[in-house]
Amino acid sequence: MISPVLAVLEHDRGAMAEAAREALTFGRGLAESLGAGLEALLIGSDDADLVAEAGAYGAAAVHTVTHPVLSDFGPEAWGEAIARAAGMLKPAAVLAGGSERGNEVMAQAAARLDLPFVSNCTAIDPSGADGSGVDSGSGEWSITRIQWGGSLLEDVRLAAALPLVTCGLHAVASEPLPEPVSPAAAGLEIDLDPALARTVVKDRVVLEAGVTLPTAPVVVGGGRGVGSAEGFGPLEELAGLLGGRVGCSRAVTNNGWRPHSDQVGQTGTRIAPEIYIASGISGAIQHWVGAMGSKHILAINTDPEANMVVKADWAVIGDLHEVIPAISAEIRRRHP
Amino acid sequence: MLRILCCVKRVPAPGARINVTADGLAVDAAHLGFTTSPHEECGVEEAVQIAERCGGEVTVLTLGPPEAAEQLRYAASVGAHRGVLVPADGGARDPQRTAAILAEAIRRLESADGAGPFDLIVFGNESADSGGFQVGVRTAYGLGRPIVNGVKGIEIDGPAVRVRREIDGGFEVYEMEMPAAVGVKEGINLPRYPTMKGRLASKRLEIEILDLDAPLGGQTMVRLRRPAETVSETAILGHGPEAAPAVADVLESLGVL
Ligand SMILES: Cc1cc2nc3c(=O)[nH]c(=O)nc-3n(C[C@H](O)[C@H](O)[C@H](O)COP(=O)(O)OP(=O)(O)OC[C@H]3O[C@@H](n4cnc5c(N)ncnc54)[C@H](O)[C@@H]3O)c2cc1C
Ligand SMILES: Nc1ncnc2c1ncn2[C@@H]1O[C@H](COP(=O)(O)O)[C@@H](O)[C@H]1O
Repeated sequence: MISPVLAVLEHDRGAMAEAAREALTFGRGLAESLGAGLEALLIGSDDADLVAEAGAYGAAAVHTVTHPVLSDFGPEAWGEAIARAAGMLKPAAVLAGGSERGNEVMAQAAARLDLPFVSNCTAIDPSGADGSGVDSGSGEWSITRIQWGGSLLEDVRLAAALPLVTCGLHAVASEPLPEPVSPAAAGLEIDLDPALARTVVKDRVVLEAGVTLPTAPVVVGGGRGVGSAEGFGPLEELAGLLGGRVGCSRAVTNNGWRPHSDQVGQTGTRIAPEIYIASGISGAIQHWVGAMGSKHILAINTDPEANMVVKADWAVIGDLHEVIPAISAEIRRRHP
Repeated sequence: MLRILCCVKRVPAPGARINVTADGLAVDAAHLGFTTSPHEECGVEEAVQIAERCGGEVTVLTLGPPEAAEQLRYAASVGAHRGVLVPADGGARDPQRTAAILAEAIRRLESADGAGPFDLIVFGNESADSGGFQVGVRTAYGLGRPIVNGVKGIEIDGPAVRVRREIDGGFEVYEMEMPAAVGVKEGINLPRYPTMKGRLASKRLEIEILDLDAPLGGQTMVRLRRPAETVSETAILGHGPEAAPAVADVLESLGVL
């Protein structure tokens, strides 16, 4: 009997993270290719709803770890809990979602276990090291992971007594089983060092929520071509008319024209609007990886060869300072 | 006086697409410039700001080719005081090996002249190229220091460092006793541009070299490749402001207008 794959259930004070559902969905595929089962690790909670949801996504059993030091999220305490649980349960692999927290706690666990950790995987083939799918007998796994925020793929070989991986964010779409299973929940007795509290969340500040960049239905983006902070006025106006938000490129944030919270890209925000109106943006690959989740793209650029224009569904060739106000005027004309 | 260490990595700066070398083992940087990973650039800025505010010295450490001296000089041009280079051969550098080398380099720097631990070690949240999300965590663990990633704000308060991290609809606060470590994200500050005085200082910077190595870890790169690209036919809606009605038609057809 092959030991099960263990999926770490990311949650925030009892609210399951989408990354956890993706990890369970991805974990089902991995377990299947190993001929193994899927189980879950629930840290800092034994909440029945979370256990049930893990079952809906395919976990046959849920191992819970509760301890005073796990009262809130803490990367070191979570990492230690994963490392200790792995030692007790001896799973075939430990998997978490490739979120900020998921990658952080797996790195913590890997450091503690002195094992490799392959982050942001998009495909895992446990049967052979050469990618052929044929067992080479080496016991190594072939894995594909993302580099450069998704602009490149890296094929790696993993040699480890216990594979530790995260699945890239949105590498799979989370999907519940057609019929949920009712997992058995069992507490793991793990005594954690109270000193791990040194990196547990001390306080939280809730800010006013509005239309946020990642969830905005329309994003009006501006790049270096906008030319100044004031130049964003007409973009704000258009975004307002469409119930959307303004986004920007790194050239803009580097110039101090917009706050970093508006930046789209590898080191900014990933957007997924119905339409992204990208104006005065050349479409560098690091910007593109943040924009490619958009359902449709309209580029406005003076340069018909700009990468953003080439990759867009629609484009207007021209000066954004003339085009954008004209679009707003046309919208007002149609909807006075 | 606070002693702050920043770990930075030299990476190529590609434009519209990233090309891979013929052997598939590296980004083809023949026609590219190089830069410091953006998160780490903000890390250096943050360290310099803390040193300016609280009094302190900023050391920048990199493991990379001899040319990575360029990134150390850039850091000096925006206010860092010391630059340390651990020369890396062209061979494989997995995250375990990198972290082991960095931890050993830090131990050496801390034991030299009885300097003692750096109060704060600043990493990027993830490197721009390989993006393993782990070298900082592994290095800090190797040194026995607490570390929090995803940091978008740092406040020094006596012997403690208070950091904030963004979450959905707000932020969380952590508090660590120094010596401690953080992984910071772009947006924590707006990095300054080098001044003339800074450029002169960077020319004078004496780069300290540490020769160190560590065994390979269990993750080996086989090849890099570009993901399949979606090719789309771009429909040109027009030139200049005359295109506005066509744009409005598109917006209406998508139901966003
Ligand atoms: C590791 C790394 C991470 C990065 N992360 C990000 C990131 O998260 N997000 C990001 O955006 N960038 C990122 N970058 C930077 C990126 O490589 C580009 O430098 C940046 O995106 C360029 O911004 P831009 O398109 O506004 O400027 P430019 O490349 O200068 O393009 C300006 C465009 O505006 C057009 N234009 C000029 N005037 C007008 C006008 N009047 N009307 C219409 N069009 C006009 C020009 O034709 C051109 O296409 C990163 C870089 C690195 C190395
Ligand atoms: N070669 C290197 N030299 C110095 N610091 C590094 C190096 N590689 C990674 N780091 C640091 O570790 C962080 C995380 O890297 P990674 O695990 O590759 O995502 C980076 O943001 C850097 O601060």
